[in-house]
Amino acid sequence: MPASTIGPELQRLIDLLTKMPGLGPRSAKRAALYLLKKREPVMRPLAFALADAADKVKACSVCGNWDSIDPCAVCADPQRNTSVLCVVQDVADLWALERAGAHRGRYHVLGGLLSPLDGVGPDDINIGGLVARSGVDDVSEVVLALAATVDGQTTAHYLTEQLLTCSVTVTRLSQGVPVGGELDYLDEGTLAAAMKTRRPF
Amino acid sequence: MEWSDLGIVLNAKPHGETHSVVEVFTREQGRWAALVYGGQGRRMQPVLQAGNSVSVDWKGRLSESLGHFSLEMSHPRAAEVMHDRLALAGLSSTCAIASACLPEREAHARAFHAMAVVFDNFDAVEIWPALMARWELGLLAEVGFGLTLDRCAATGGCENLIYVSPRSACAVSAQAGEPYKDKLLPLPAFLCDGTASASAADVLDALTLTGYFIETRILHLANRPLPEARLRLMALLQARASKAAEDEEDDNPA
Repeated sequence: MPASTIGPELQRLIDLLTKMPGLGPRSAKRAALYLLKKREPVMRPLAFALADAADKVKACSVCGNWDSIDPCAVCADPQRNTSVLCVVQDVADLWALERAGAHRGRYHVLGGLLSPLDGVGPDDINIGGLVARSGVDDVSEVVLALAATVDGQTTAHYLTEQLLTCSVTVTRLSQGVPVGGELDYLDEGTLAAAMKTRRPF
Repeated sequence: MEWSDLGIVLNAKPHGETHSVVEVFTREQGRWAALVYGGQGRRMQPVLQAGNSVSVDWKGRLSESLGHFSLEMSHPRAAEVMHDRLALAGLSSTCAIASACLPEREAHARAFHAMAVVFDNFDAVEIWPALMARWELGLLAEVGFGLTLDRCAATGGCENLIYVSPRSACAVSAQAGEPYKDKLLPLPAFLCDGTASASAADVLDALTLTGYFIETRILHLANRPLPEARLRLMALLQARASKAAEDEEDDNPA
């Protein structure tokens, strides 16, 4: 279809939708057409929700989580264990841990990982805030819930060094066989890590 | 065009939302980058960690095309060293130096085999930093910037060589180098003599020496500093050497 047959407003909508993860030009056109067909039940509420989120959602000044209140709902929750701080790479990781209900303490979102190979240094992620929180709050344990990748573990080792001066216990997530995993189907890296970090049974 | 080889993953960069451009140091093809389809997926992520040994199949329409890799893990080295701070820094540093210094698509089989030897010794902290210094020295020679460490640049003698001239990259004897010792780089004995032992301080001197020439002879051409991973390794080795010196002082008080 020639570009001139699409009006500038619709073309702009398609161009913006194309920037979304998972959407290419064809999918963006499909989404735009769907929105136009469902103008009242979907398109207007979506536009309102986008504007509302853009205005109100901000990074929590304490932990870096996204929320419309500051401090965020997790930091403000009095039921949470304030002595355990879980360090995650991104907000998506915080959501994953919350979904599992595995951690009832507080979080600290780094906003990335150190990547010496890509030149991402300590000043590019939120390490200063973590050290400050670990030093002054009643934090007794810092759990490093970072990716089991070279960058994730390099960051974990660096954070351990930085937290030496704070009187906290630094722990990290286990690495090994996942629940429901059969050895025959596991990748070699996971098996090697599981053998290295085996423990008495 | 296609070939198959053994390789070591140097780095992987995202390409679009699902694929990666992966750089691999192969035995017979040298440093080579190509596309890995689904490189950001769950199946390929563990394979594409820096330092892993892989079997590589490359296919491209022309020899100069980017082409694509099919990679299969042959030795999960990254997973083996993740728990060890120093070894992980060594692995990252080695991959970063190989990526920064080796010319693309040029075979350097000796550097490849030596790199594999360094990686194979990551569980012996007394050995691998010295091996890494030797590997960097060999890498400099492989890419045409070898150091002359068997005779003195000033006298031609072969005895008591303890310095290296930063200008000529030649060894200098203790006697000839005495007036200029502040400007010369220290030359640890183990770099010239394979039987000499290497202390923590010797290893630091050796890595300072190789780092200087890598930076000024190779990276300087592209206006780049030493990789961040290499600097981090030096900081960790420095801390380890300082701690070893302190422990020795505590054991033998004056």
